[in-house]
Formats: sequence, C-alpha cells, structure tokens
Amino acid sequence: MNELATTTALQNQLLQEPFGEYSWILNILFYAIFIVFIFYGQRIQMYIMLREVEGSLYKLRYIKDEGRKTAIETIKEIGKPQADPTARVDRFLEYFTISPQSLDPAGVVWKLEHILDVRDTRFKDEVKLMAPAADETQANNLENTLEAAMALNYIYKIIRHFYLLGKKTLSLYIIMQIQMILPLVMREAEAYASALKAFAYGQPIGDGAGALVAAKLMHGNEIRKIPKDCVVATVPIEGRTAHVIKAEGPGGNVGKIGEAVKIIIEENEGKIATIIMVDAALKLEGEVVGEVAEGVGAAIGGPGVDQFKIEESILKYRIPVNAVIIKEDIGDAVSPMRKEILDATDKAIERIKQVILERTKEGDRVIIAGAGNTIGISP
Amino acid sequence: MSKASSPTTTKISSFMLMIIFIVLALSLTAIILAINAWYTPGQELTAGYLLLIGVLGVAMSTYILFQTKKRMLRLKIEAPSITTTIECRKCDFKSIREFQRGDYIFKEVEPCQKCNVNMLITAIYREVKERKRERFPF
Ligand SMILES: [Zn+2]
Repeated sequence: MNELATTTALQNQLLQEPFGEYSWILNILFYAIFIVFIFYGQRIQMYIMLREVEGSLYKLRYIKDEGRKTAIETIKEIGKPQADPTARVDRFLEYFTISPQSLDPAGVVWKLEHILDVRDTRFKDEVKLMAPAADETQANNLENTLEAAMALNYIYKIIRHFYLLGKKTLSLYIIMQIQMILPLVMREAEAYASALKAFAYGQPIGDGAGALVAAKLMHGNEIRKIPKDCVVATVPIEGRTAHVIKAEGPGGNVGKIGEAVKIIIEENEGKIATIIMVDAALKLEGEVVGEVAEGVGAAIGGPGVDQFKIEESILKYRIPVNAVIIKEDIGDAVSPMRKEILDATDKAIERIKQVILERTKEGDRVIIAGAGNTIGISP
Repeated sequence: MSKASSPTTTKISSFMLMIIFIVLALSLTAIILAINAWYTPGQELTAGYLLLIGVLGVAMSTYILFQTKKRMLRLKIEAPSITTTIECRKCDFKSIREFQRGDYIFKEVEPCQKCNVNMLITAIYREVKERKRERFPF
C-alpha cells in the first residue's frame, strides 16, 4: 500500500506537466492499477497463494512417486516376488491406523500398544507376502521403506485436499492455513524422501544415534536377545555393571525398549542405581548438529508407549533416570547419519561415563538404554 | 531419486510468467518515454522519473524471474554420497570406501591384508558440505 501511495504521488507530479502524446497511457495505467488493487487485492493474493501451494503440490507428487518407485524396485530386487508387487504396494500405501478412543483416558496406553502391535504384525505379514525372499533384516528395512512411502503418500493427499478445497471454495482461510504451514510440511516431506532411500539401502540414520551409542558400548561383550526385538549386554564400565539395551539390528527396527527396561529391572529385583537413556533429540534452529546435552527423564520418542512403560517401572522402585541427548534436526534424524552425529556418539559415551562416575558408587548396577531406529547398526 | 533424474513437471506457472513479462514490457516503454522526454526541452525532470520507474521495473521483474529459476533447480532431490569406514582390529589399517548395500556398522568384512583377521565396519556416514553459512550475530 505504501508503494501505491508513492506511485500516485509520483503520478500527480508527472501530470503537472504534459509530456508528449503518450501521457494518457501512463495515466490510465496508474488508475487501473490503483482500482484493481483496491477491489481485487485480496483475490490476487489468494491466487498467488494457490499458485504457491500448487507448485509445492507438484513437488510433493514427484517426491511421492519417486518414493513409491524406489519401494517397488527395492522389493523386486530383494524380495524376488513371483508376481508384480505394484498392486500390493499401492494397496499398502493406503493402509490406515485408527488410534484408540481417549475420551476415558485410563488405560489408553495399553490399548494403543495393542493397536500398534496389531499394525506391526500386519505390516510384517504383508512384507513377507510382497518379498518372500527377504531375510529378517531386509524385511525390516522394507517395512520401514514402505512406511516412509506411506507417510509421503499421506502428506501429498492432505495438501492436495486443502488445495482443491481452497480452489473450490475460494476461501482465503482454507488457502492461507495450508500456505502458512507449507514450508514445514515440505521440510518433513523431504526428510521422509531421504529416509526412504536410507531405509531401502539399509543405511544408518540420524535417529539411530542412541542405538549406535549402545552398540559401541556393548561391542565385544556377550549379547542376548530380550523381548521385544531388543538385545542386552552386560558391560563393566568404571567398576560398575551396566546393562546396555538397544533394539536388535541391523534391520530397521526400534524395538520395545520400555518392555526391555522393565524386564532388566525385574531381573535385578529393582536394584538398579540409575538408568541412563540415550537418544537423538530435535534441535532448535541455531543449535549445532551433534551437540550433546544432559538432563533427567525418559528420553525416548515414538508414540509414547515406551516412555510410559519406563516411567511406570522406575516409579515402582524409585529409580532415578538420567538422559543424554544428541541434537539434530528433523531432516538429519531420518536421513543417513551425518558425520557430526557419528562423532557426537563418542562425546555421548564420555558423558555417560561421567554420569555413572558422579551418580553411582562402585559395584552398582546401571541400565543404559539407547533408543532410536537401529537400521544399519549391529547388533 | 538419482542425481540425473529431473522432475516430471518443470513448468513455472504461466500466470506468473505473464505478469513478469507485462511488467518488463511496461518498464521498457517507460525507459523509451524517458529518452523521448529527455530531448524535449523542459521535460528533464519527467525523463528522470520515467527512467527511475523503468529501471525499477526491469530490476524487479528480472529478480523475480531469477528467483523462479532458482526454485525450479531446488526441485531435484540430491542423492548424498555415503562413506563406509573399515578398520582392522589388530593393526591401525583403515580404509574408506563408498557405501554398498548390505553394509552395517560392526559388520565383519574381508580380512586385513597384513594380519589376516577380519576387518570391521566402524562407521557409515554422510558428509554435508555446509553451504557458505550466513553469519548471524547469535
Ligand atoms: Zn591389520
């Protein structure tokens, strides 16, 4: 609007002196622009927003199609299916999960856990049907790949829904709300796109920082499996006995760390001096990738079931829980692990040792749990 | 999602392009008018204004055109190169190669040429070349 004022002022000055035969063109033009902007300013703005959303939608569609293509190619390559898996994959991409009713929140965690278990079993069966030749590791990676493709498909459909709705209703608020969150949505979509590639190849991702810390600690020690999809190793650290827990790799898998921690606590009859959780955490803009920070609380992501379980079991025995986190942004968390994050795992181990020295006595038993997706990290 | 593949849709919105070209044409007209006015006695001030408008218009439309082009370039998804580090557990031998499918951290791979013990993958990572960072005072 300010620009408009200055241009009209300019135009008045110009009008004071006649200049040549073309003056009327400029004259009319200035008035026309003025009127158009007064009456149609908002509408023009709306169209510009719609265009912007449309541009992103093209990009989303491209990302989604590439993701689907990668998933199908990987299934064909690894799974060696007899029939073409395309139809099956397409059906899988439309798969949905209904979260439990939380009107009466008591016990909702167990319901959620059950639903997630059912979902997991269903996905695993589906992958087995799609890729009969894949071993367990590859099947887990394929499952993760398909889940990323599913997320991309979902994002695309949501944005398309609002775009078409906005176009149909020409409501500024529908268009505006989608245009406003678009940069964040696009970032997430790009993150999923790189995650999909990492999953397809079985590369470790940034989210696996916690799992890598645990893997480094347990390396060279005897490892046993515990339910569900987890491994534990008893490691002597600084004169203490540490039970190191992580999800079982190297396939894409987050395991049920909550369940595993509970089992280890019960095995030791609650005689645990402290629990140290290691996880990757989202950084704020401006923070450095791979920064290690320390705090208290159950540091574990996911739908909340594992965090709940850990909190339940530590409450029973009043076990203190410490957390060491490695900071990264959403893009780093799901794309192949950055060098900074890899280097940060050694810093995190130093921090863990420091916590053990400061917070426990010699001969104590501690639990160290590395949360996160253990794809590309063994054991 | 390979480096070479380009998106199926590379069109800039035709609407935007039309507006840019109209602005460009109008600004060029303004510049011509400015030259015209400059040779008319007593019209030097007008010529100055017209020139200003013209130059501003040209600058703005080319800037927007440039921006759209930049956005189009960003549409491609880059495939990052992933490095695998292999170390020998006995000697300090260390080798670095491109990631291959099937690699994972703490996987035992081919034996070391000197010690005949299986080597170990100790790291798999992606190196990010930081684009020249804008320096903020924070
Ligand atoms: Zn050697």
